[in-house]
Amino acid sequence: MARFLAGRLLRAFITLFLVVTFAFVVLRLSGDPAQIIMGADAPHEAVAAFRQAWGLDKSLWEQYLGYVGSIFTGDLGRSMRDGRPAAALVAERIPATLALTIPALFLKLGLGIPAGIYAALHRNSAIDRVVMLVAVAGFTIPSFVLGLLLVLVFAVQLGWLPSGGQESWRHAILPVITLGIGGAAVLARFTRSAMLEVLGQPYIRTASAKGVPWRRVVSGHAAPNAAIPTVTIIGFMFGSLIAGAVVVESVFSWPGVGRLMVVAVANRDLAVVQCVLLLVSFTMVAANFTVDLLYGLIDPRLRTGAQGGH
Amino acid sequence: MNLVEISGLTVRFGAAPALRGIDIAVAPGEALGMVGESGCGKSVTWLAALGLLPGKARIEGSVTLQGQEILGAPAATLDRLRGGRVAMIFQDPSSSLNPVHRIGKQVTEALGLHRGLTSAAARAEAKRLFELVGIPDAQRRLDAYPHELSGGQNQRVMIAMALAGQPELLIADEPTTALDVTIQAQILDLLNELRREMGMALVLISHDLGVIAETCERVAVMYAGRIVEEAPVERLFAAPSHPYTRGLMAALPPIDGPRRPLAAIPGTVPEPSALPPGCAFAPRCALAREACSVAIPPDRLLGAGHRAACLVADDALVPA
Repeated sequence: MARFLAGRLLRAFITLFLVVTFAFVVLRLSGDPAQIIMGADAPHEAVAAFRQAWGLDKSLWEQYLGYVGSIFTGDLGRSMRDGRPAAALVAERIPATLALTIPALFLKLGLGIPAGIYAALHRNSAIDRVVMLVAVAGFTIPSFVLGLLLVLVFAVQLGWLPSGGQESWRHAILPVITLGIGGAAVLARFTRSAMLEVLGQPYIRTASAKGVPWRRVVSGHAAPNAAIPTVTIIGFMFGSLIAGAVVVESVFSWPGVGRLMVVAVANRDLAVVQCVLLLVSFTMVAANFTVDLLYGLIDPRLRTGAQGGH
Repeated sequence: MNLVEISGLTVRFGAAPALRGIDIAVAPGEALGMVGESGCGKSVTWLAALGLLPGKARIEGSVTLQGQEILGAPAATLDRLRGGRVAMIFQDPSSSLNPVHRIGKQVTEALGLHRGLTSAAARAEAKRLFELVGIPDAQRRLDAYPHELSGGQNQRVMIAMALAGQPELLIADEPTTALDVTIQAQILDLLNELRREMGMALVLISHDLGVIAETCERVAVMYAGRIVEEAPVERLFAAPSHPYTRGLMAALPPIDGPRRPLAAIPGTVPEPSALPPGCAFAPRCALAREACSVAIPPDRLLGAGHRAACLVADDALVPA
């Protein structure tokens, strides 16, 4: 088990390292931050001074080694726009993002899993078809289209809810629904097919043959097995708690991490973008790592496998 | 009174018939063999009787357990008798056990449902059952998962689970097909022994006449969704009368006497959706007459407990 954990940790670390490196290189090759921040009309000397102040005149290698070194000391750099520490800028946006993504996650789980199970248990019924139709629509419609559609109906036409901003909890309703529906749709489809796969297994027939009532066959015998593939997708949803709302935050002018990243990318505010990417990849990697551990808990076949088998 | 009586049982999946009128009875304590090729309906017969077929199956006819109709009975009634009075074990033991539950728990679940045993009492009884079916180191094995045991051991677990409800009838659906030959014999011996000790009836479903001969007192031969011949086991082997049964026997290697090439039955089993009118075996039958293709041949009594659904059975009965 220790070896398994060590292996996974090493892999997680390598993933983070690759993301950091890739982001660093691409950001510096895709535009000159000094020119963008100072403006196109800035005098040549001012731009050169800016470059020197931020170390942009050094070679890429020097900049990279300096950056990686400072990460290990906990220094994630400063914003080139207002000089504040990038980590603080990002950190103050996290609560706003979580205020959308956590309720949205509950919506996804609370809607998607029951809908998927119900559809599987009533396969080919009218309700199954309706659930799947809604699910396909829910995950094919891009979130910015769905978001704008909801704004059009509930903010513009009906006037029930605000179309953007963060003044009250009512402002969160439309973005949460926009985020939640897409994820619920994905989860419903995933849960349904996992459930159908499991319900066709011989051990389900065995459970019925030994007199287990059908409800208990579903909850006690089918669901724990169907949970195994479903945990992957739920883990992914946990991993996107920080990064999953970029588009929706932009549509609803929600001042979260996603919007910070969009603005920072446009400005080539290097330290901020890198800091967001580091945070996003860290949550993703942490979620994946947790999923790996969960697999071992819910699937005994993997547990002994991870321990070296017999 | 017969323990189970099945009469006029038909099953269709959509347009295709899987069973076309099954009549068979099982007496208390008796061992009945059901033999036939894959897809002939021998498993479907018993899955249908216990209400274990998927919802899209259309089932008609009658199945009684000691006179009480169980076909279409309420779910609660079926749940009580399944695993209680009638237990069933299946072909592939390793995938028939739930991979995420410990095997002890899977047995104690049945003990709780049918005998009201819980916690320590259920665990003690599960251990006793494990020992009864010959699982070594039973106490420790209770906490194992199915993937940690061999196929033969898993089949023993399945049998222990089936015995948990103290059934009057055990239906064993190809219980040895997925197992090594040496393990097959052990499992058959175990089933025989348990049946004698507990006085329960056994229905053994198999495509292997040899397995049936070793274990059963009576045999029903199935072909394309019907029983084509039924007889006490000695009589069936001494005087097989349906040409299909004779074909099955000819395909078995003789244990003594000169070696001879094994005779294959020509042709293939017809698709359920494209059954010929009349006898389903007629297109493959060397003895078929014109009348065979007109109507399904009725059962003919050929001796005590011996019937065959064949127009030429009498003639065929004459020893060659």
